Amino acid sequence: MFRNLKQTKMNWYKKVPLVLLFATSFYWANGQITIKGVIKDNKQKPLSGVSISIKDSYDGATSDSTGSYSFKTTEKGEQLLVISSIGFKSFEQKIKLEGTTIVVDAVLKEEISELTAVVLSAGTFEASDRKRAAVVLDPIDIVTTASANGDITGALKTLPGAQQVGESEGLFVRGGTAAETKTFIDGTLVNNFFFSSVPNIAQFGRFSPFIFKGTVFSTGGYSALYGQALSSALILESIDLPDQSSANLGISVLSGSAGYQHLSKNKKSSFGASYSYTDLGLAFAVIKQKQDYSKAPAYHSGDANFRFKTSATGMLKYYGYFSSNKLGFTTNSIDSLGYLDKFAISNTNIYHNLAWKENLAKRWKINLGVSYTNNKDDISSGMQDNNKNDVVLGNLEFKQFNINTKGNYFNAKAVLEKKLKGLSAVRFGTEYNYSNDKLIYTDYNGQQYPSGLKENIKSIFGEADVYATNDLAIKGGLRFEHSSILDKANIAPRISVAYKLSKGSQASLAYGVFYQNPERRYLPSPNELTFMKATHYIAQYQKVANQQTFRTEIFYKKYDNLVKTGTTGFTDGAINNNGFGDAKGIEFFWRDKKTIKNFDYWISYSYLDTKRDFLNFPFAITPNFAAKHTASLVMKKFITPWKTQFNAAYNYASGRPYYNIQKDGLNYKFSDRGTIPDFNNVSFSINYLPAIGKKDAKSFAVYVLQVSNIFNIKQTFGYSYSYNGLRKEAIVPPSRMFVFIGAFISFGVDRSDEVINNSL
Amino acid sequence: MKKYFFVMLLSIMTTATFAQSEKLIKAMEAKIAILDSNNSVDAWKELANSFERIAEAEKTQWLPYYYASYSNLMLGYASMPQDGSMGDNSSISDPYADKAESLLNKAISLTTANTEIYCIKKMVHSLRMMGNPMSRYMTEGAKATEALAKAKELNASNPRIYILEGQDKFYTPEQFGGSKAEAKILFEKAKGLFDTYKTESTIAPNWGRSQVWYFLSQL
Repeated sequence: MFRNLKQTKMNWYKKVPLVLLFATSFYWANGQITIKGVIKDNKQKPLSGVSISIKDSYDGATSDSTGSYSFKTTEKGEQLLVISSIGFKSFEQKIKLEGTTIVVDAVLKEEISELTAVVLSAGTFEASDRKRAAVVLDPIDIVTTASANGDITGALKTLPGAQQVGESEGLFVRGGTAAETKTFIDGTLVNNFFFSSVPNIAQFGRFSPFIFKGTVFSTGGYSALYGQALSSALILESIDLPDQSSANLGISVLSGSAGYQHLSKNKKSSFGASYSYTDLGLAFAVIKQKQDYSKAPAYHSGDANFRFKTSATGMLKYYGYFSSNKLGFTTNSIDSLGYLDKFAISNTNIYHNLAWKENLAKRWKINLGVSYTNNKDDISSGMQDNNKNDVVLGNLEFKQFNINTKGNYFNAKAVLEKKLKGLSAVRFGTEYNYSNDKLIYTDYNGQQYPSGLKENIKSIFGEADVYATNDLAIKGGLRFEHSSILDKANIAPRISVAYKLSKGSQASLAYGVFYQNPERRYLPSPNELTFMKATHYIAQYQKVANQQTFRTEIFYKKYDNLVKTGTTGFTDGAINNNGFGDAKGIEFFWRDKKTIKNFDYWISYSYLDTKRDFLNFPFAITPNFAAKHTASLVMKKFITPWKTQFNAAYNYASGRPYYNIQKDGLNYKFSDRGTIPDFNNVSFSINYLPAIGKKDAKSFAVYVLQVSNIFNIKQTFGYSYSYNGLRKEAIVPPSRMFVFIGAFISFGVDRSDEVINNSL
Repeated sequence: MKKYFFVMLLSIMTTATFAQSEKLIKAMEAKIAILDSNNSVDAWKELANSFERIAEAEKTQWLPYYYASYSNLMLGYASMPQDGSMGDNSSISDPYADKAESLLNKAISLTTANTEIYCIKKMVHSLRMMGNPMSRYMTEGAKATEALAKAKELNASNPRIYILEGQDKFYTPEQFGGSKAEAKILFEKAKGLFDTYKTESTIAPNWGRSQVWYFLSQL
């Protein structure tokens, strides 16, 4: 046998020259084979520009406008033909190169990617730089919307679904109260997103819009990852590492601020801090306020952050915030002529947020977040005579009180995600919300009534995104919650579907059940309470073409188990969950950046039909925070030669209902009802950016002039009533028009170092 | 007999390797020759695919990846709307920029950091910036500037640096720091450098002369 092998071996190398001869003969003989075919997509449309190649060979071709290709090859035998194009899945086929012509036709399937896939967008508005169809705003839009006054929720109020409520803060979404909207930063709940409430004056959000890179505003049907909000979720994502180290300085008629951000040399970590002081005293001296301030609002706020990359894909972020503010004012008392009502509040708030995200092995991803809030409010209310001396009037003793609250809140959330094929994924996790509220009420006698409330809400949730193709996506989720104070649990299913109708247009449906605890002020209750419940049904059509977005949505929302208030024994409070209601409507959104060059505008319109029976309502009525028609027009124009952006916004709301409910024996009845006038507001702002385009600029400055209610239109938000219900007074904004002037300068520290080094 | 065989085998092998690199050079030269005269989207597609085929067949050569990346970028630039709109065109720019970047990363892994690589890196970021200038100016624009600075640091006499810089000056509105006069100086500098420019080989980067000629004719 060995002999045989040797023999064959011998034979083989005797033949070598012959093999060589054959090999070279192929070179000269050009025994070429033609490969040709037609490439189409799955809609049978020819695809041009597709690369067709024989693997590991130079030979190949590019398809023409009819999808056809043809090339000659000198390769022989079994080969792999690879057909590929950007945005499509590669197509591979084994071919045997023999004969003269081989025909290979192929149908390429679209790759499922964020860029082309349908988006589960029902009820969702997104402001971010991500490449998705749900994105209707850029992050910069939040700060350049004229009516927003640099406030996140101000900008969101120009989108359909949100009400133009001016007398109190918060987002009133689709017939829901402000308390039905919850805010989340990097996944975890934020407990005191707005500054503490002041009677009849809407407060701002605490956080600067510049610390967020992404905003998702859900007007309904949101994911099972979030809960405890009957109407809406505002999901904010904080910025990652800054692009460079920088210092910034801000000076305005209201405030002064300074901050510093340091990016490490290896660009893997950063830290920063900022401080600002705001005092409205100067502005209020010039712009007359309805209130007579004994202490004009003054705010100290500071924040600090660090962020570092824990790996190539992991990031740990910390954001800490502190603020302390005070204000005090008097207004003419409606209860007793010639006397004044006094109100003062001081608030301190501390907020910490730590979030970690990391990609694990095998397409697993983890998101962990914890946040802690400590909030302290000291409110004092009373009456004064004309000479501003404190007085206590008979029958109006109840107007003299102090409230001291201390809240400690801890929230934690963990989400695990496993990416499946394409964009499909499963997510599950758990959330824990702890709150400990302490309140001391001191009456006119100095008698103290302390109370406290501890609550633990534990949730687990899971959801799956299934992208069957680029054209069809389904999200199904389930959320389980348990509340310790109610000692009850709920299970909330959520589902949404999106289908791509054609390039740029899609239809979506969403359904979901949402639970929320009764508001803290109705807890604890001597009566047994349960979760309030809302069920959402949403249908959406959206078309996005180059620089233009159109969206329309119809919705129906059913409310069950709303809290009813009344008298138990001698105290007023929540009595049961027999309240109910519904809301239905249609909304339109249109944004166009194309028709007029460098001019960008959007229009939104909402029609809302809602009624509810909750709190002390005698029967189901349209509540005072719901207008039937709401519309906004937002315009932005950048005039390049002037380096100036002009922004204008018009907000409209049809008259909302107002009413006064009084007790009549055991029942409640309306002692007065009506409709407030329509709301109109025109705001205007100018941003001047002199440094724009200067590549070597060491500083970047933005000068801002902003005027709200520029035409000085009279606005009425409702009516307040005297205790006896005999007198009423319009609730109006503190001032009709407001003017803001400021300069914000940032210094790129790294950049100036570079400039210095280069010139040395 | 045995000795004879080995000598022969060796000679076949050397001819094969030599033939292979000659094949590479020949294939590349044919494509590189039309780089500067090409203007159409279809032709850029053809070039992008051809260079990628060569790159993937060779796997060890950085230049085919480099040219494949460059062609995808030019394809991206040529595909952008030419109406000068400042809006969001990232759905057009980004697929090409992503593709070019992945090809460039392969090139980077096969060679040492050099001026040509950073010129392409600059173009990747510039294309992304063009996808949405208003919101990406601060991020992608800064990265592009950084890459170009690095290209200059590695070899300040590379004429392509000044072409890219000149194009930025040419297309950027004056209010944003653009300047036709400065662009002209930069293109003339590139032209001067090309006069004495010598490439290491026939397939080393040598594009840009026609761009210089075109822009100078516009100024």
